[in-house]
Amino acid sequence: MTEQIYSALIAILVGVTAVVVYFWGSNWILDTLISRSSRDNKEVLREKIRPWLFAGPAIFFLTLYLVYPVFETLWLSFHNSDSSAFVGLANYEWLFADREFHQTLQNNLLWLIIVPTLSTVLGLAVAVLADRSKFGTVAKSIVFMPMAISFVGASVIWKFVYHYNGEGDIQIGILNAVIVAFGGEPQFWLSITTWNSVLLMLILVWIQTGFAMVILGAALRGVPEETLEAAIIDGASRRQLFFRITLPQIMPTVIVVWTTIAILVLKVFDIVLAMTNGQWETQVLANLMYDWMFRGAGDFGRGSAIAIIIMISVIPIMAWNIYRFRKDEAGR
Amino acid sequence: MSVSKSKLPGFFNGTALIALVILWLIPTLGLFVSSIRDKDALAASGWWTAFNASTQVTFARTAAPSEQVQTDKGYVLAGQLTSNEGDTYTNIVAFGSTSNTPQEAEPGSQITLKNGDLLQVNADGSYEYLSDEPIKGSRGKRIFFAYAQPAEFTLENYDNVISNGGIGQAFLNTLAVTIPATVIPVLIAAFAAYAFSWMRFAGREWLFAAVIGLLVVPLQTSLVPLLRLYSDLGQMFGFESKGYVGVWMAHTGFGLPLAIYLMRNYMRSLPGDLIESARVDGASHFQVFVRIILPLSIPALASFTIFQFLWVWNDLLVAMVFLGQGEDQIVLTAQLRALLGTRGSNWEVLTSGAFISIILPLVVFFALQRFFVRGLVAGSVKG
Repeated sequence: MTEQIYSALIAILVGVTAVVVYFWGSNWILDTLISRSSRDNKEVLREKIRPWLFAGPAIFFLTLYLVYPVFETLWLSFHNSDSSAFVGLANYEWLFADREFHQTLQNNLLWLIIVPTLSTVLGLAVAVLADRSKFGTVAKSIVFMPMAISFVGASVIWKFVYHYNGEGDIQIGILNAVIVAFGGEPQFWLSITTWNSVLLMLILVWIQTGFAMVILGAALRGVPEETLEAAIIDGASRRQLFFRITLPQIMPTVIVVWTTIAILVLKVFDIVLAMTNGQWETQVLANLMYDWMFRGAGDFGRGSAIAIIIMISVIPIMAWNIYRFRKDEAGR
Repeated sequence: MSVSKSKLPGFFNGTALIALVILWLIPTLGLFVSSIRDKDALAASGWWTAFNASTQVTFARTAAPSEQVQTDKGYVLAGQLTSNEGDTYTNIVAFGSTSNTPQEAEPGSQITLKNGDLLQVNADGSYEYLSDEPIKGSRGKRIFFAYAQPAEFTLENYDNVISNGGIGQAFLNTLAVTIPATVIPVLIAAFAAYAFSWMRFAGREWLFAAVIGLLVVPLQTSLVPLLRLYSDLGQMFGFESKGYVGVWMAHTGFGLPLAIYLMRNYMRSLPGDLIESARVDGASHFQVFVRIILPLSIPALASFTIFQFLWVWNDLLVAMVFLGQGEDQIVLTAQLRALLGTRGSNWEVLTSGAFISIILPLVVFFALQRFFVRGLVAGSVKG
């Protein structure tokens, strides 16, 4: 154990030192090499090189770990399982004919509709209610807390909630215990098609509502007082105030929150792997991809094709983000 | 807002909020309470009953027949119900004649056994075994009964999961993954963010637009190529393709877009005059960055550090792909997932293991919530 701690400490030290040495060293070399002479054009040259020393490592990592792999994955998706032969669109043809893939797409669509919507609505509700409540701060902290919990940890927590003991036995899962207390029959929830997917989605809703609450809460505080006061003077009810004045003003933020959670949903993996591993028709794209990557000797062609499907589904959001950034910058 | 309105909506709002909060808290509470319960009690009753005394069914033996006394009632064996370990039972709630009917009679009453002998067990655990004939045999007679076990909590599950469940080792492995995978991208991103906000170079806008595009690239597209790259490089240079360095670098790559984005937005909001005047005084960009910008950017650095820490600590996918799943490299999330597979119904192992895996992030999260929220808002409202 102590040996392990030492090697971890040394590893940590080496990794961090390497980065510090690079930045300090490369700038020092630049300064000593080129500053010997005081001629102006040397100064210009130096300041032309320095930005690349600053941004260089970031560009290297982004290129190697995010940009290049997208193209490589696209390339691999046109190849066979061990990437030795070009197969054209065969992986995609197989994919679209595969029943499991259809099931998976359906599930992902369901996740995509339910999770972002429910999280956003609940998050907005908590943000509004907490603003008017004495113990609002505590309430917000509690709803926010699952954000710190890993998907696997959350899966253990909820698997215990959904736990099923045979009929007639004492139910130690709280969901079945409540159902039995009201005279219902306990169920092995995770095996009931469609309902089981919804129960998995609730885990992510439980985690993401806090995120929606925080962002929407900030947006609510940004709504100008004057617009609210004017409406109150005109005799608007609380309901009208919220739906006609407040909600339209925070709508852009609502959309941002919805899309942010939607992107997360497209990549959901841990929850499904830990809860059912795709059994009982709960499969989702990210888990299906992982499955193919390591199934048997690993089918890199099919795995890559599934990854490309995920990639394609985020492209519209990506384009929208870049468009908005360029518009913002132009407006400065 | 109008106070004159009926108080009913206000009451309704309060109740709805309380209901939501309770709903949110219950699952985690269940995990925590279960993790400190005795494992038999945990399997036998719901965690919400943990604070009540629970009823346990067991049996004990009377004193050996050699100790029987002859009285005017007959042959009597009397004494106190005691476990094999020598603990006495004191809160008897029921007793019976056979193992199938351990709760047939109230304490203090007398029942007739199959062989015609009489048995009385009192609430305080004293018993009297009565027979007309001399009691035979060498061992004491068995008495079946139920007793109330007062609510009892224990750290035994934690002891067990840390040493036998591999969670202790996994905790250290997770630290070894998380610390460098948090510090390295923070440093790299801080320098890059400065370049993107205050240095002039060709293609700056274009590159930053690319960073924004990369914010949403799913890491699924990176897995297969990197896995192949790592194993090719490993074969070429003769090192193990799965290891800590590879995971640090992967987390660095995946965390950079958000890090650069957050810090660049923050640094852009710092006053430009400050940088200009320092530059005019002859300070290089390196000096300006280290002496002025970095100290001023602490809030943004803190925000991202918390993000990245939580993300890496809680990650399962990257760790499963790029780390070995043996004892020396497996992280908490992967270990927990393995336990879900192999010890799926041993809730004492799962609950205590899960709690260990979530405790550090929870502490960091609650201690630094302010920074976390600030970063979250900065990262979303604009992006």
